[in-house]
This record gives sequence, C-alpha cells and structure tokens, in this order.
Amino acid sequence: MSSFISFLINGISLGSVYAIIALGYTMVYGIAKMLNFAHGDIIMVGGYVVFVATSMYGLPGWLAIICSIVVCTVLGMTIERIAYKPLRGASSLSVLITAIGVSYFLQNAALIIFGADTKSFNSVVNLPSIKLMGGKIVISDETLVTILTCVLVMVLLTTFINKTKTGQAMLAVSADKGAATLMGINVNRTIAITFAIGSGLAAIAGVLLCSSYPVLSSTTGSMPGIKAFTAAVFGGIGSIPGAMIGGILLGIIENLSKAYISSQLSDPIVFGILIILLLFKPSGLMGKQIQEKV
Amino acid sequence: MKLKYKQKSLRYSLLTYAMVLAFYIICEIMLMTGNMSSLMKGMLVPLCYYSILAVSLNLVVGISGELSLGHAGFMCIGAFTGAIFAMTGGASLPGWAELGIAIVLGAVVSGVFGFLIGIPVLRLRGDYLAIVTLAFGEIIKNVINVVYLGVDSRGWHFSLKDSLSLGLEPDGQTIIKGAQGITRLPRNATFTLGIVMLILALFIILNLINSRYGRAIMAVRDNRIAAESIGISASRYKMLAFVTASAIAGVAGVLYSHNLSTLQSSSSNFGYNQSIMMLVFVVLGGIGNIRGSIIAAVILTILPEKLRFLDDYRMLIYAVVLIAMMLFNSAPSAIAFRERIAASLRRSAGKEAADE
Repeated sequence: MSSFISFLINGISLGSVYAIIALGYTMVYGIAKMLNFAHGDIIMVGGYVVFVATSMYGLPGWLAIICSIVVCTVLGMTIERIAYKPLRGASSLSVLITAIGVSYFLQNAALIIFGADTKSFNSVVNLPSIKLMGGKIVISDETLVTILTCVLVMVLLTTFINKTKTGQAMLAVSADKGAATLMGINVNRTIAITFAIGSGLAAIAGVLLCSSYPVLSSTTGSMPGIKAFTAAVFGGIGSIPGAMIGGILLGIIENLSKAYISSQLSDPIVFGILIILLLFKPSGLMGKQIQEKV
Repeated sequence: MKLKYKQKSLRYSLLTYAMVLAFYIICEIMLMTGNMSSLMKGMLVPLCYYSILAVSLNLVVGISGELSLGHAGFMCIGAFTGAIFAMTGGASLPGWAELGIAIVLGAVVSGVFGFLIGIPVLRLRGDYLAIVTLAFGEIIKNVINVVYLGVDSRGWHFSLKDSLSLGLEPDGQTIIKGAQGITRLPRNATFTLGIVMLILALFIILNLINSRYGRAIMAVRDNRIAAESIGISASRYKMLAFVTASAIAGVAGVLYSHNLSTLQSSSSNFGYNQSIMMLVFVVLGGIGNIRGSIIAAVILTILPEKLRFLDDYRMLIYAVVLIAMMLFNSAPSAIAFRERIAASLRRSAGKEAADE
C-alpha cells in the first residue's frame, strides 16, 4: 500500500511536468491552430540554460531559473517571428513541417554547442524531503516542488486568462480570429504573447524535469514533448483544464504501469489508453465537439 | 474534355515511370563504368525504399487528406514479417523466391494491420488522427522491441520476458531477441529489385488515383459531406487508401530488412522521427504530387550524405534549408513575391517580342 502511494505521488509529479508542457502546447494550438513540434525542444533549452548558469557561472538556483525563463521566452517569440509568422494563412501542414525544421535546428544547435555527451544536472531544489507514515513514504523535495509549481502555474494562468484584458483577447482570438480583429484586437501581438507564455512555461517544465531526472542531452525534450502533446490531446486540445487533467492522468498511468506491468511497455500502455479514450470521446476529455455544417 | 483529362493523367504517369527508369539507367551506367562512390552504392536501395514510403504516404496525406504520423510503424511490421520469413520458411529457398514471398507476406501482414488500425483511426479528424497514428506507430515499435520469438520442432514460441522463458527444445532457434532484434539476416535486396518495387508501387498508386476509386477518395477529401450526399461511402474509401498505403509501406519494410544484417526495432529505425521524415518528403515534394514525393525523397536522402564534409553542422544546415524551403514555398508573402517577379519577367519578355 505504501509503495502504491509513493508510485502515485511520483506519478502526479511526473504528470505535473507533462501538464505544464501540455499547457504550452494547448494554448498555442488554441490560438494559432498549429502543432508546435518545437515546443519539446524549448524544454531542453531551458534545462541547458540552468545547467550553464549554475555549473559554469555559479549562479544561485532561483536566478538561474529566471535566466532560463527569460531566454526561453525570447527564444519562443523569436521563433514565432521568424519561422511561423510568415506562414500565417498557409496550410497547417506547411506550418507543421516548419515546426519540425525548428525542432531539428534547436536539437542540432544544442548538439554542436554542448557536445554529444549527456550532462548531469544538479537539482536546483534543495529542501529536506518529507517522510510520511513513519518513514514508509518518502516524498522528495523535487516531487513536492513540482506539484506545487504546477498548481501555482494553473491558478496564475487561469486568473490571467479570465481577469486580464490580454487573457480575454487570447480567448477571443482562439474563438474567432476574424471577429477578434474586427473588435480591435491585435491578433499578431496576441499570438506572440501566447508563444512567450508557452515558452516560459516550457522553461519551468525543463527545470523541473531535469531536477527530477538529472540527465541532460540534446534530445531530452523530445519524448516529454510528445508525451505532453498526447496529454493535451487526451484532455482535449485547446482546453486549458483539459491539458492539466490530461497531463496528470498520463503521468500517473505511466508511473503505475512502469511499476506494476513493465517499464518497457509503459509507453505503449499510455498510447493505448489515449487511443481507447479517443474512440469514445473523439475530441478528448474536455474538448469541444465541433459540429460540421454544410 | 474527358479525353483530355485522361491524356493528361496518362502523360503524368508515363513521365513518372520514365523518370524512375532514367534514374535507374544512369545509376547502372555509373555502376558499370565505376563512377560511383561506395557511399552512393550503399544508398541505392535506401533511395528505393524511401521513395516507396514517400509515395505511399502521399496517398494517405495528399490524396486522402489524412495527416498520418505513424507510417514508420507499417514499415516496421513489413520489415519484421519479411525478416522472420527469411529466417524460417525462406532460409532454404533460393534468394529470388524467398524475396518474392517475403514481399507478398510483408504487404499482406502490413495491410491487415492497416485495416485493423484504420477502423478506430479513420473515425477521427485532423490533428486527433495525427496523434493517434503517431501513438500506433510508437506502440508497434515498442511492443516489437520487447518481443522474444522462437521456433522449434513443437512450433512457435512467444514471450515478452527473455529468451529463456521461450522454453525451446534443443533444436530450437530464437528469431527475435527482444531489443537485440533479428541478427544474421541474408542481406539480399538489390537496386534492381528496389526499382522494380518502386515502379510497381507507382503503378498501383497512379492507377488507383486515376480510377473511379481515386476520384471518390479525392471527393471525400475535398468535401466529406458533399461526397456522402451523392452516395460515396467516406469510411470505405478512406480505408481503401489507408490499407493500400500500409501494404506498400510493408513492402518498403521488407526491402529495408533485406538490406541489413541486423534488424532492431529501435527509435532511430522506426520511431516517430522516421514517420516525420517521410512526411517531410511528401510536403516538400508537393502534397498530392506523386512524382514530387520521389524527387524530394531522393534529394533529401542524398543531401545529408553529401553534406557530410560539414561534420556537426550537417544537420543544422539541413534544418535551416528545410525551414527556408518551407517559407519560400508556402508563405503567402513569398508566393506573392514570386508571382510579382514572374509577372515582371513575362512583361519584359512581352515587350521584347513587341519590339521585334
């Protein structure tokens, strides 16, 4: 029983990371209607920035995290400006391929700068771990911080979207781009802000991911990126609470199947559950069913 | 009018076959005169199977209009079917017979899986379909990666744990060894066979596109509701395209496995990155343009090898080229710019003609 609870808690922690990444995916999808395949690689960049800041320049953890968020936000906006903005109005497939190109670019740039060997990442979280039930369940500090960060991000993001003018503009653009333009919303600026927020979240996810799983290489972000994409679809792509629930469920399923079934088969199980869910709810858990009209 | 359409599609098909044949003849001449580097020699069969994969994926993405990100999964099924046959039933047959049967088996097994996977997948739309095909591709790759398969006098044995738990008799033979895959394969695929298979795949796909079925598939792609209202069964025609494409990808997989001595189901062989690479061929070659897919597959397979002198910067430059090509090809402003240039060229040409 106690081992089950600790697997569950670790699952929630992993799921929180997926949820933060999935939030970025889902926001960008909701507004720009594009699958940003390079999103996973922003996570990797975020991890490397913290690695450089702490190991090479000896900056304290909190400062390194701020650096990482700033770098990723700027990077996300730059990518959007150079690679995606000119393609606005082009077919979604061309944007998808461009995003794949950006993903290759980031991975190979990291490979050239940092080399092919994996770096060991020093956790930026250094708090005592928590023991429950007389020491039977140990919750590591990383796990706790990850879960708390995820909750905080969710609360802040929901408040931002519902209470601020920019947030409302984002909702309007995702509902109807044309009508939003007519209402005087600057669509290009709103999309740029969405990319900035999504990339900033990816930086946070990168730090949390590398703190819990302390290896860093140029492909660190690609598999979590794909998993988070799965999570976003699981919850209904375009829906913010959906991304959250999808991410956490995915993390729990992955961790429990790793613990009780087989570590090699955990990915097929996660993907299998996604397929079964989509059979019964073709637009995910919280996605809107769009009725096709003639 | 109808005749004109037929002539046009016939000319397109013939030109495509001619292009493949010309490529084959040039390569053979270069081989005979010894003008081909060993690097290029090693790439001849891969060029064939990548072209086959690109063409078959174009049937799904371009003609049927469904974004599939799991094409490598079908290639994986074909590769393992072909390799298992080569290690068991085909081991005693002469090379050509073994290859022929392996190709048929690969196509059939992969097509059957295409049908089974198509049932749930084709109910979904757009990006949901994309993620589910990606999921299936990953499931296929990961499951084969943990499978242990052996054969002995009592029949087939199967396990997900290790080769000991197969419980083989002394005369038994382990075929798939989990992550180690299948070792000591015959490696008997040739360039000529690859080209024959490519032309066969082209023949099937081009004839399908230019038939009544192909027009129905495109009608469903362009407007599902309108097509259904005139009695075209959307799911049936989508399935037709999907199964045909999976079977042809299975053939490419058989070629792939017969070009290697060790076959493993790893991410670098059959992961989603491979499916994405095939999608890049299709999109850069022109969605729905079969000939373009082959050209893009050949260029994009040779390009990274030719850029090898750039060492580490090779893939970086490849990425930049990919982004630049996409921006140049599809950005609305770039298209307008190209049209302006074309128009001014036409105008100046017209002026010269008028001056004379």
